[in-house]
Amino acid sequence: MAADTPVEYIQHHLQNLTYGKLPAGYERVDPYTNDVTVMQEAGWTFARTSAEATDMGFMAFHVDTLGWSIFMGILFLTIFRLVARKATSGVPGGMQNMVEMTVEFVQTIVRDGFHGRNPVIAPLALTMFVWIFLMNSLKLIPVDFIPQIAHALGLGYFKIVPTTDPNGTFGISIGVFILIIFYSIKVKGLGGFGKELSFTPFNHWALIPFNLVLEIIGLLTKPLSLALRLFGNMYAGEVVFILIAILPFWVQWTLNVPWAIFHILVITLQAFIFTTLAVVYLSQAHEDH
Amino acid sequence: MNINLTLIGQAIAFAIFVWFCVKFVWPPITAAMEARQKKIADGLSAADRASLDLELAQEKASKELQKAKQEAAVLIDQANKRAAQIVEASKDDARKEGDKLIEQARAEIQQERVQARDALRKEVAVLAIAGAEKILETSVDAKAHSEMLDKLAAEL
Repeated sequence: MAADTPVEYIQHHLQNLTYGKLPAGYERVDPYTNDVTVMQEAGWTFARTSAEATDMGFMAFHVDTLGWSIFMGILFLTIFRLVARKATSGVPGGMQNMVEMTVEFVQTIVRDGFHGRNPVIAPLALTMFVWIFLMNSLKLIPVDFIPQIAHALGLGYFKIVPTTDPNGTFGISIGVFILIIFYSIKVKGLGGFGKELSFTPFNHWALIPFNLVLEIIGLLTKPLSLALRLFGNMYAGEVVFILIAILPFWVQWTLNVPWAIFHILVITLQAFIFTTLAVVYLSQAHEDH
Repeated sequence: MNINLTLIGQAIAFAIFVWFCVKFVWPPITAAMEARQKKIADGLSAADRASLDLELAQEKASKELQKAKQEAAVLIDQANKRAAQIVEASKDDARKEGDKLIEQARAEIQQERVQARDALRKEVAVLAIAGAEKILETSVDAKAHSEMLDKLAAEL
């Protein structure tokens, strides 16, 4: 592992495990021996250095982000599905209690933020909230724990928190964005939606181009702000954890324990903010003027 | 920090998770919660109704009790009156009976007195005659002097 200096250590920890396509003729530099090999033809492989991961461009997957986010999603759905199957209207057990508290919490968010009628919004919000919460909560696992295990298994890079990867947060916010567009068109009609973009905030035909620019920027800001807010918070927190991990081991607990306790609040809050804003945006998409 | 296909993979995963949640997770949980809410609401309203019923029943019971007390009081009153009447009547009867007995006894005594007087009178007459005979040393013709003797006997 190329993690001898603090800078290398930090960079190493911020690099995802990338599986992508390298073009033919690409010169690969072995991070340990500095031997150079040339790709005979384009092919899919794991990136061994950050430079390789960057050079893979768009045709690459962050295996760790996808793996952990899917794992967390399945964990969420399994737990909730098990409870849902055995859900009783009598006295609920501990697990059902917890699930119902979450559901009620999300119902409150939706009731306060969403003013239309759509049975999909509440479960959508539940999925977002719990999934993001679970992904964020991976951050409370010490930064070297799972990467070390992965390293022992031969994986050079491993970043377990999917929400510290912009792909992870943008993936969700783009899903929300598509739903915003979909419901805007579904509720207002294509014409109605177009009219809304063209005639607000200034209701005059001469200002249509101006309105369009303004509204489209406003529209695009929604997924951008959702994704960047979550990513920024999680990434910054992760960097601080990594910085603390550079310190001598006997002093780390004085910093990372308070930081982790603080992050119990942050991960919940960020999941809550993401969910609430997504619900509000979808509510706006349902409002017909 | 590179934007790549992960983005699309994540969006697809998100879509699948949402679909699963909408289809299989949300409905049963909220159904159970709503059912419980309804149960609790029903239970509360039933409790309200029961307490109202209880109040009514208590009111009714106290009314019945009042009525029963009144009836009992009337009955006791009547019984007392009746008892007094019976006592009065039997006292009356007893007095009458006693009076009658006394009357009878008096009559009998009177009769016996009359009889005894008659007998005595007769005996006195006989004794008088016998005495007179002794005095006169002659027999007195009872028949000849019966009128006188009877007069004497009547005077005694």
